[in-house]
Amino acid sequence: MLILTCPCCGVTAEETEFHQGGEAHLTRHGPGASEEEFHTYLFAKENPKGVHFERWRHNNGCGKWFHAARDTVTLEVYGTYSAQTLEPPQVIRDAITAKRPGWRWREFA
Amino acid sequence: MKRYSVFAVAREALRDHMGWERAWASPEPKKRYDVIIIGAGGHGLATAYYLGKNFGITNVAVLEKGWLGGGNTGRNTTIIRSNYLQDPSAAIYEKSRSLYETLSQDINYNIMYSPRGVIMLAQTEHEVRGYKRTAQANALQGVTTEFITPRRVKEIVPIINLDGPRYPVLGGLWQARAGTARHDAVAWGYARACSAMGMDIIQKCEVTGIRRDGGRVTGVTTNRGDIDCDKLGIVVAGHSGHLADMAGFRLPIESVALQALVSEPIKPCMDCVVMANTVHGYMSQSDKGEMVIGGGTDGYNNYTQRGAFHHIEETVRALVETFPMVARLKMLRQWGGIVDVTGDRSPILSKTPVDGIFINAGWGTGGFKAIPGSGWGFAELMAKGHSPLCDAFGLDRFYQGRFIDESVAAGVAH
Ligand SMILES: Cc1cc2nc3c(=O)[nH]c(=O)nc-3n(C[C@H](O)[C@H](O)[C@H](O)COP(=O)(O)OP(=O)(O)OC[C@H]3O[C@@H](n4cnc5c(N)ncnc54)[C@H](O)[C@@H]3O)c2cc1C
Ligand SMILES: [Zn+2]
Repeated sequence: MLILTCPCCGVTAEETEFHQGGEAHLTRHGPGASEEEFHTYLFAKENPKGVHFERWRHNNGCGKWFHAARDTVTLEVYGTYSAQTLEPPQVIRDAITAKRPGWRWREFA
Repeated sequence: MKRYSVFAVAREALRDHMGWERAWASPEPKKRYDVIIIGAGGHGLATAYYLGKNFGITNVAVLEKGWLGGGNTGRNTTIIRSNYLQDPSAAIYEKSRSLYETLSQDINYNIMYSPRGVIMLAQTEHEVRGYKRTAQANALQGVTTEFITPRRVKEIVPIINLDGPRYPVLGGLWQARAGTARHDAVAWGYARACSAMGMDIIQKCEVTGIRRDGGRVTGVTTNRGDIDCDKLGIVVAGHSGHLADMAGFRLPIESVALQALVSEPIKPCMDCVVMANTVHGYMSQSDKGEMVIGGGTDGYNNYTQRGAFHHIEETVRALVETFPMVARLKMLRQWGGIVDVTGDRSPILSKTPVDGIFINAGWGTGGFKAIPGSGWGFAELMAKGHSPLCDAFGLDRFYQGRFIDESVAAGVAH
């Protein structure tokens, strides 16, 4: 069972207390966007076999959204962090590099 | 290839079964093929089979990183039905179901197709309206289904509890010619038929890279060396995103684990398939007597082939309220497969941004039923560049907002 720590209220709990809200760090293209950009925003999924950045909501707790870095193969959680950021913080990236040298993720645009 | 028949069984019985030959060859990969299919699940093998049978293309290799049918094809709960809502779905799923009817004869391999009937229970007013609508749509599509009363449901499934604690049974969508088949046999039967046509089925051969030249595919890199090809079919279910990444594009697909479990074997007690979408569980009985039970999908992408533990409790709870006798059963085994889910719950049968690469994916939680039809259409797409069965399922539908919404028909994960 996945165990996550909510960075908003500090509670550590099992996955049944949370809800995953899909890939994180998407650029929300809006009016004036090209078809390609809008398609990428809505549909082109990273869906990696490995490191994944994603949105979670502590829906049976404080109710707030946050981000997590997680491995989709081992289910290891590299860390959780505030959703008020465009890119994963350096500490999270370092934690991933320590475990998975050479990992990559699309450009954080 | 020697034919399987009652005479072959009699002949072998008289000589201690020493004369059976290997069902398919295990060749070394050649340097080049006209067509390479990645993934020897049902969809990959069926594609190869119909490429040979319908289009005479036999210089084909099917590359499989593990063993034949070791992906979702050998892990599913084998429900076959075609009572979908949208016309393009009805066309491909009904083509598939009808091919299943005579597949054993066609490939001379007993796939044990059992048209035992499938009921999808309606347990809310919303579901009643939804299934009545589906029954009407099916009538227009030429798919035989019927909305039945709770009394009929009880006649067909005596072990059911009509007045469950949460959701009483208000009716059901009944497809009498839907049913089940033996999953491994579908993979094995197609593999044997492909091998007999001279195709190479290469197991333990993992594709690790896709080679391109000026926007066109030239071949693949594998753990058994480079292999060249004219056309490449990616048919890898849960690993579609991973392979698309190797080819340099992304897909509207996310991979999650879906699980299933079986009980200890018991005497025959239910001779059809029952799906209860509202409480989220479904069940059928295998020929060995095990109750085959479909579970839930995980709530986050993963590649674990295991599934989250708490789904077992949710699934079993749903079944106990639908079939109280299940409470006295022991569960024997549980397992998971990685399913490839699209936003509109419909598959992708399409050309890709790379010339010569085609993709067959997104069957998600319900593609076993579609194997023959998908192979039929995808072979045509790969051979001729388009296919009436596949045209609506292209990647372009995500640019055009032309979705084939089957989120209701897909309902429970199956
Ligand atoms: C628990 C469960 C229950 C289900 N129940 C039903 C049901 O009742 N009815 C129904 O219709 N459907 C059901 N499904 C869905 C169905 O199983 C799938 O949609 C279908 O089997 C997909 O077939 P496939 O050939 O596309 O994929 P798979 O059978 O998964 O084959 C893909 C193959 O590609 C191989 N591969 C992956 N990467 C590589 C690589 N790099 N190189 C070489 N080979 C590679 C894999 O090893 C695998 O063998 C269920 C699925 C699960 C998991
Ligand atoms: Zn919280």
